[in-house]
Amino acid sequence: MGIEFIYPEFEVVRNQNRCIGCRVCERQCANEVHTYDADGKVIISDDAKCVNCQRCVSLCPTRAIKIVKSDCRMRENANWADDTIKEIYKQANSGGVLLSSMGNPKPFPVYWDKILINASQVTNPPIDPLREPMETKVFLGKKPDSIERDENGKLINNLSPQLKLELPVMFSAMSYGSISYNAHKSLALAAQQLGIYYNTGEGGLHEDFYVYGENTIVQVASGRFGVHDDYLNAGAAVEIKMGQGAKPGIGGHLPGTKIVGDVSHTRMIPEGSDAISPAPHHDIYSIEDLRQLVYSLKEATQYKKPVIVKVAAVHNIAAIASGIARSGADIIAIDGFRGGTGAAPTRIRDNVGIPIELALAACDQRLREEGIRNQVSLVVGGSIRSASDVVKAIALGADACYVATAALLAMGCHLCRTCQTGKCNWGIATQNPELVKRLNPEIGSQRLVNLMTAWGHEIKELMGGMGINSIETLRGNRLMLRGINLTEKELEILGISHAGE
Amino acid sequence: MKLEGQIRIPSGCAISAVISKDGNRMNGEKIIESMKPMHDRSNGLGGGFAAYGIYPEHKEQYALHIFFDSISAREECEHLLRKSFEVVKDESIKTRTIPEITDEPIIRRYFVSPLNSVLTALQIDEKEYVVRIVTKINIELKGSYVFSCGKNMGAFKAVGFPEDVGRFYCLDEYEAYSWTAHGRYPTNTPGWWGGAHPFALLDYTIVHNGEISSYDANRRFIEMYGYKCTLQTDTEVITYIADYLLRRQKLTLEEMASVVAAPFWQTIDKKCPEERERLNYLRTVFSSLLVTGPFSIILGFEGGLMALNDRLKLRSMVVGEKDDKVYIASEEAAIRVMEPDAQNIYAPAGGEPVIVKVKEGKF
Repeated sequence: MGIEFIYPEFEVVRNQNRCIGCRVCERQCANEVHTYDADGKVIISDDAKCVNCQRCVSLCPTRAIKIVKSDCRMRENANWADDTIKEIYKQANSGGVLLSSMGNPKPFPVYWDKILINASQVTNPPIDPLREPMETKVFLGKKPDSIERDENGKLINNLSPQLKLELPVMFSAMSYGSISYNAHKSLALAAQQLGIYYNTGEGGLHEDFYVYGENTIVQVASGRFGVHDDYLNAGAAVEIKMGQGAKPGIGGHLPGTKIVGDVSHTRMIPEGSDAISPAPHHDIYSIEDLRQLVYSLKEATQYKKPVIVKVAAVHNIAAIASGIARSGADIIAIDGFRGGTGAAPTRIRDNVGIPIELALAACDQRLREEGIRNQVSLVVGGSIRSASDVVKAIALGADACYVATAALLAMGCHLCRTCQTGKCNWGIATQNPELVKRLNPEIGSQRLVNLMTAWGHEIKELMGGMGINSIETLRGNRLMLRGINLTEKELEILGISHAGE
Repeated sequence: MKLEGQIRIPSGCAISAVISKDGNRMNGEKIIESMKPMHDRSNGLGGGFAAYGIYPEHKEQYALHIFFDSISAREECEHLLRKSFEVVKDESIKTRTIPEITDEPIIRRYFVSPLNSVLTALQIDEKEYVVRIVTKINIELKGSYVFSCGKNMGAFKAVGFPEDVGRFYCLDEYEAYSWTAHGRYPTNTPGWWGGAHPFALLDYTIVHNGEISSYDANRRFIEMYGYKCTLQTDTEVITYIADYLLRRQKLTLEEMASVVAAPFWQTIDKKCPEERERLNYLRTVFSSLLVTGPFSIILGFEGGLMALNDRLKLRSMVVGEKDDKVYIASEEAAIRVMEPDAQNIYAPAGGEPVIVKVKEGKF
């Protein structure tokens, strides 16, 4: 209290006329916001503990609860915003680095929302996906520069290993540990059912999930947690994580409180120890070192699996992508600065990196200028929020998209951005068994399948409108895009014309 | 108004072709006539023809057909030609003055051979060399435009209705074993002669009816391999795709058809394992060269032609035959004008290539 006091961000508003005192809210809140006052026979709430995860709101049988933003504000100041002042107080209180979760919430431009999609009128026909085949299948991986024939003139299959996706969308890396067993199981089941892939993140692969290997991408990150021979060979592809959009330039950090039981076993580190990944891979200080790791992993997997190199979108991303393409990688995954995270220093999350739209456009163009675009596939994430974002990303030049936040939302996440506390009331970003069991993997996977099925329909509708019946001919088809409210420079980087041009 | 190349102009069209499998040469009268019943498929803003086997006396040289906007452009271009090639013959292309065709540029023809010493120094074959010089002229020399550059063949095109363009170029005086024709219905054009079709590169010519939805995906891919789409037309990019797949990747015509109008995955899945692997391979390796949206094209080349529809068959195209000749056109009426007794008239299915080759040694 006193000098350290910060007024709560949210207020829990309870309609006492509706409240029946069933105490569901009390039982559901891991943050212990709600308590039953036996004397007054009422439930009281401690606003200070509320993170606005909407769990009590969603489960209250009489809709008696709502969470509102507190209107107790600091004196208005255009330079010193309320949040800015409170962050100063927090740091003056603790002396610590501010931590945040999920993607950059600041009002930076979202270029997806400044790009419009074309449709056919008169000169060529739109195609109706309900009546004609509409193809969304994608193969990711290196394509050969030239064909080869045997002595009889028959084509020799000289294709490198490819990932086959029924939809140009995959679930991006979220480690077991940062999210729960049930969340991982939901993703694995959904990926299998959808004919796409989910990604282990850097937490290893729980032995129960090896059966989903054909739909799994196993990640090798700087901490090398959970990496061993069986793990590398369990998945359909291996991803080297060089960086993450939410925190470019630093490694992951999973607090010891989440390193319990199977998480510890899967990561191959002692229980309760913090899993702190180094900022760099200590065997990769330059591009030639990356090439060695790429080929080490290919050796370890008998050249049967494509290798993905994942990088955060940073200023020099086009040159970096070009280097990666020449390092033997089959797929480059680029993660934009709005990408999510289970925990990141706030200053880094909110200020480091560049938007994925610009990074994608720059990389695709650069790889084409160098004539090597067909040597790698491009996968982009951070953040892809809808089917139209997917269509725009592919038209800008991506082969496929990574989604994570949207997948979490489908599983129940309410984007309260406090994953780092480990108290996820929705059973996702937690290792507390009582909380984990709130996420039923059958329901979670069904909701993921529903979401992707819905996106699939929408992608097909948008493609059909453009007269395109195969996703391959949407890829890099920037003529199908127009910018709105963009400067000449932004249009130049995106490689698109302005609406009306 | 902006020229082709500065802006993308969609257009509808009429196409027509005739070929003799025995290599018998025909003058241009019938192919011109074939365009008349399809008059309304063009709007007078572009017409053209390609003819194969027309320069037997110069069949070892590349025949460059060039438009010049001015004397100075011509001088500049000729300077480059003499530096790059041995110019065996240099003449104006004969035209007839008719009221329907006006504002013609300077139109000339050059029979040229690449210098062996230059080819050796550059370590490229002569076709690649010709492509590079032609690309250089079309991109860098303002006011000069090479619209045909193959051996023993030529494209002829202009702003006007195709039947008038045929008369203008006196095509009744040329003898070819294979003819293709094009009438254009652009939605908006300043009427630039270079923008008319066919589009030609070496001996490949394309006449095309349609507006492809894959244009920019195809363009941005093919431009990685040294091509420059200066006209922003479908025909241009399809020609480059044909050149890349046939000449550089050495695919067969059937394989090229399986790339450009690839069967649907569901169709591929029903094929026998060997065929399935072949189709999967081609579609995966060259996925960016799949062409979607409506098209009917006739690809002309030395010794044959190939007709191909988009895989949904969103444009009309029919084929007929009589004796040694095969006829292809947007409408049956055009075939009937060329050969009233044409037989076996049918509409090829979407994505089904119709390949006609002149017998070996007959062209």
